[in-house]
Amino acid sequence: MIISVASGKGGTGKTTIAINLALSVRNVQFLDCDVEEPNAHLFLKPLFSERISGFIPVPEIDGEKCDCCGRCQEVCVFNTIAVLPGKIREHGSVLIFPHLCHGCGACSLLCPRRAIHEVNKEIGIIEKGFSDGIQFVHGKLNIGEAMSPPLIRQVKKHIDPTKTVIIDAPPGTTCPVIESVRGSDYCILVTEPTPFGLNDLILAVEMLKTISIPYGIILNRYDIGDDCVDIYARENGISVLMKIPFDREIASLYSKGLPIVGYKREYDSEFKNLIEKMNLNTQGHN
Amino acid sequence: MKQIVIISGKGGTGKTVLTASFAFLAKNKVMVDCDVDAADLHLLLHAFVKERFEFRSGQTARIDKARCCECGECIDMCRFDAIGKDFVIDPVSCEGCALCSRICQYGAIAMEENVSGEWFISDTRYGPFVHARLGIAEDNSGKLVSRIRQAAKEIAEKEKKSYILIDGPPGVGCPVIASITDTDLAVVVTEPTLSGIHDMLRIIDTTGHFHVPVKVVINKFDLNPENSGKINDICESKDIEIVGRIPFSAKVPRSLVQAVPFIEYAQDEVAGEIISIWSKMESIMKEKKSSN
Repeated sequence: MIISVASGKGGTGKTTIAINLALSVRNVQFLDCDVEEPNAHLFLKPLFSERISGFIPVPEIDGEKCDCCGRCQEVCVFNTIAVLPGKIREHGSVLIFPHLCHGCGACSLLCPRRAIHEVNKEIGIIEKGFSDGIQFVHGKLNIGEAMSPPLIRQVKKHIDPTKTVIIDAPPGTTCPVIESVRGSDYCILVTEPTPFGLNDLILAVEMLKTISIPYGIILNRYDIGDDCVDIYARENGISVLMKIPFDREIASLYSKGLPIVGYKREYDSEFKNLIEKMNLNTQGHN
Repeated sequence: MKQIVIISGKGGTGKTVLTASFAFLAKNKVMVDCDVDAADLHLLLHAFVKERFEFRSGQTARIDKARCCECGECIDMCRFDAIGKDFVIDPVSCEGCALCSRICQYGAIAMEENVSGEWFISDTRYGPFVHARLGIAEDNSGKLVSRIRQAAKEIAEKEKKSYILIDGPPGVGCPVIASITDTDLAVVVTEPTLSGIHDMLRIIDTTGHFHVPVKVVINKFDLNPENSGKINDICESKDIEIVGRIPFSAKVPRSLVQAVPFIEYAQDEVAGEIISIWSKMESIMKEKKSSN
């Protein structure tokens, strides 16, 4: 089973839920797909044993073969390539802006002189390791890189389907989130009871409907705002899997990189029961 | 005219709460919500939409079943696995690179322009406000951010505004880069948690990468004094000024429920600290002006 933990709004408690869930079930693999700001390792403290480059293929021009015909510039919809006409070394040249490249391969494939080959450009790293029996994988986008989805895709290549896979997704509702949650059997949406929480929850629900993934809500700090999220959930028939109050002790554990389970025993069974609730919830959907 | 962006790396540290209060405090300004993924600032500023614009960006492939001979060439070539075995394009996966449509021997694949969102110029009690809504499961948030920042700049220049206040998105990637480039100051809002510190370091590196001057605000600094001390040390070692330390207050979420900028909701030490942060930023901007 693949379970992803997401939220439209940031800072609602995705990582808290994801790591506590991971610590509550057996045979777990944990994937931190928030490659822009990965945090789960601060809580699970894995020992990393492998470090792999994440990359996208970007074009490189073979000056011997290139006649600056301009075809590559024409086929690249991402404006990665600029061709100055004339022969190379005779005023013509080809400029490449690798940070704009999506790695689609159109330029190299369609170059009439076969003068373009692709080289891997590192956009981040993937680290793998273990933490108390939990297999841990995360990606870290290099600073200054814009595109996280290709790195997220590469993190997800390490999914082990024989395990219960828990994916910690980035905040938001667009490409990096979709890349992270797609393929999940269930998505937990973590939110808080404020107009911000509700607004962003509605966007996240719309997103999950678009990609047809079953979902439920965890309402974090349920006593800090109003009952807007409860009402929304009830009116839309969305199950609320768990409610966590605001608790300075939980905030303090979080600030130190400590989980809730094991420290506040009353939550141990709540997190253990989550999987069961999700299973029932999925059956309900079908 | 000065552009100030409020960012954080980590989500939920208080960017929008702070921006909304700055919107109240700053004189003669334009606001922009660059968190186009999950925009919230309009909820506090009570935006009255004056003008709406379609955001067109990129293309999506579409296969004409009548022409398609199901040779499978496009499926093999697509790097984004966007073409299903049934020869239907998954618009969410399609990046619009048009490779499939160029290589299809039967001319069966057309590229169609996306309407991937909407953006708005609004009136608020605090001044003009530019914001956006990216379509569900749409791409190109960076381009949309650039578009609304350009619109805000045009308004600011036309109306001779002193400030553009930018509410930034979380993270360090595409929309963040589009939000911070060419700004005069980035205010990084962090919190005294290990995650907050970790993410602050990454966003500080990002601002450095794009040569944007940076100041730090520690929100809820009293929740973990030890970690706040670590943030102090880090900022000191990097020669970054901490312009404010906001205490934890249960009133903040209540001000959100009332949907008003915090500064209008309470006159307490939190509000006092926000006022002090804004006045520091104003003088930083003035110094900058005189040094230019």
